[in-house]
Amino acid sequence: MGESIVITSGKGGVGKTTTTANIGTALALMENKVCLIDTDIGLRNLDVVMGLENRIIFDIVDVIEERCKLKQALIKDKRFDHLTLLPAAQTSDKTAVTTEGMQKIVEELKQEYDYIIIDCPAGIEQGFQNAIAGADKAIVVTTPEKSSVRDADRIVGLLEKEDIESPKLVINRIRNHMMKSGDMLDIDDIIQILSIDLIGIVIDDDEVIKASNHGEPVAFQPNSKASIAYRNIARRILGETVPLQSLEDEKGVFQKVKSFFGMRS
Amino acid sequence: MIDKKQMIIIKGTKDGLTLFIEDQGSFEEVMDELSDKLAENNPSHDEPVVPVTVKLGNRYLNDQQKKQLSDLIGNKNRFSIQSFDSEVIRRDEALTWKEDSEIKSINRIVRSGQVLEVVGDLLLIGDVNPGGKVVTTGNIFIMGSLRGIAHAGLNGDRDAVIAASYMKPSQLRIADYISRAPDYESEGVYMECGLIDEKQDKIVIDRLQVLSHKRKDISGFERRMQNG
Repeated sequence: MGESIVITSGKGGVGKTTTTANIGTALALMENKVCLIDTDIGLRNLDVVMGLENRIIFDIVDVIEERCKLKQALIKDKRFDHLTLLPAAQTSDKTAVTTEGMQKIVEELKQEYDYIIIDCPAGIEQGFQNAIAGADKAIVVTTPEKSSVRDADRIVGLLEKEDIESPKLVINRIRNHMMKSGDMLDIDDIIQILSIDLIGIVIDDDEVIKASNHGEPVAFQPNSKASIAYRNIARRILGETVPLQSLEDEKGVFQKVKSFFGMRS
Repeated sequence: MIDKKQMIIIKGTKDGLTLFIEDQGSFEEVMDELSDKLAENNPSHDEPVVPVTVKLGNRYLNDQQKKQLSDLIGNKNRFSIQSFDSEVIRRDEALTWKEDSEIKSINRIVRSGQVLEVVGDLLLIGDVNPGGKVVTTGNIFIMGSLRGIAHAGLNGDRDAVIAASYMKPSQLRIADYISRAPDYESEGVYMECGLIDEKQDKIVIDRLQVLSHKRKDISGFERRMQNG
C-alpha cells in the first residue's frame, strides 16, 4: 500500500511542477515505484518537464469519464520502468474532475505504487480541492518572498482543515547573497511564520531551468546543487535523517589554499 | 393591616434616598403601600429633585414592573429613580455576563485568510499570521506573535486592550478606533500592549506594565458587570 503526497503552494510560479518532477525522479532513483499525477487541467506542464509530452494518448479526464482504463493512461518514463505519469487534460472540460473521482484514482494507484506524487494547480478553487482530496500527506512549496509565504500560510490553514497529516515545507529558489543582505526573507523567519516542519531547501540554480527545458528533471544530474537538494528531500521522505544543505558556496582546494595564505579569493 | 409587617423602609443618605423594599410579599402590596407612603408628603415645586436608589433584596422586577415603580415614585413627587439594586438576576442575563467576562483560551495558529471570533476575552496560545484576524468583544491576550489584525472591544468597549508576546500587527482595532502599521519597514516589539489613549484620542502601544495603572480592572472578573 503506497502513500500519496500532494505538492501545493497557493501561489503560482513558485516551482510546484518542478518540485513534483524532481521529488518523483529522486524517489524513483532510489528504487521506489512512483506515479506522478498532474491535476492542473488546462495548463498541464508536468509532462513537458518530464519530457513525456509526445507520448500522451489518454489523460486523467479520459480516465474519470471512463473512456479508457487507468493503466492505459499511465505513461512510462523513458529512463525508468518504475516511474509513471498520469497527465492532465489540456482541452477537456475541467468540471469533469471531482474529488470522488480523484480519490478513486489515487486509491487504485496506491495498490500498485509506493509513492503517488500529486502536482496541484495554483489557487484554492476546485482544482486545489481535487488535488488534495486523495492525498495522505502534503508538501507546501514556497519561495523566500512575502507574497508566496502569505499564500503558503493560507494553504497550510486550508490543509489543516482536511484530513491530511501536518504538511511539510520546501523553500525553493533561495538566493544566498540576497538572504544574507536581508533583501529576502530568512529561512528562520519563514519557518517561524508558517510553523510547520521544513523538509528541504533548494537553492536557485540555473541548471533547473536548463534541465526542465530539456525534459530531463535536474535530479538526474549527479552533483548540481538543486539536484542534491531534491535528492535530500526524497531521502527525508523515505525517513532518513539528512542535514540541511549548506548555503555557502563550497570553496575549491585552490581557493582554500589561497584563503589559508590570507589572499583574497 | 395591624400586624402586617412594614414592607418599605426609606432611609436618607448623603447621596439621596434609599428605598428598601422587603422581598417577601407580592408586588401589588408593595405598590399599594408605596403609594400610601408617598401620599403622606406633598412636596412643593421649588424643592430639588432627590435621587432614589431602590434596593430590592432577593426580589426580581421585570421591565414593566420597574416602569410602574418609577412612574409611581416619579409621579407628582420630586423624586427620580437613580438605580435598581437587586441581589438576583435572570439566568440568561447571568450567562451572558459570564460569557462576556470569561477568558476563552484557544490553542491554534490563525493563518492568512482565517478569522477567529470570540465573545468575551481571548487568550490565544499561538500566532496570528499576516492576513489573519482575531475579533473579540473583550480583551485580546496573545502568547505568541501578532502579525495580522486584532480587533478588541467589538461592541464598543473602549477600555479593551490588546497584548501580545511579540507585536508587529498590520492593524490594531479597539472599539471604533483603528491604527495601522507604518509604511516603512519596522521591527516588532516584545511584550507590549495596545490601548486607547484618551488624551491623544488614538490607539497607542505601550509596555505591559502601564496596564497596572491605566486598566486596573483587568485583573477583576466582575469588571464588565459594573460597567453594565
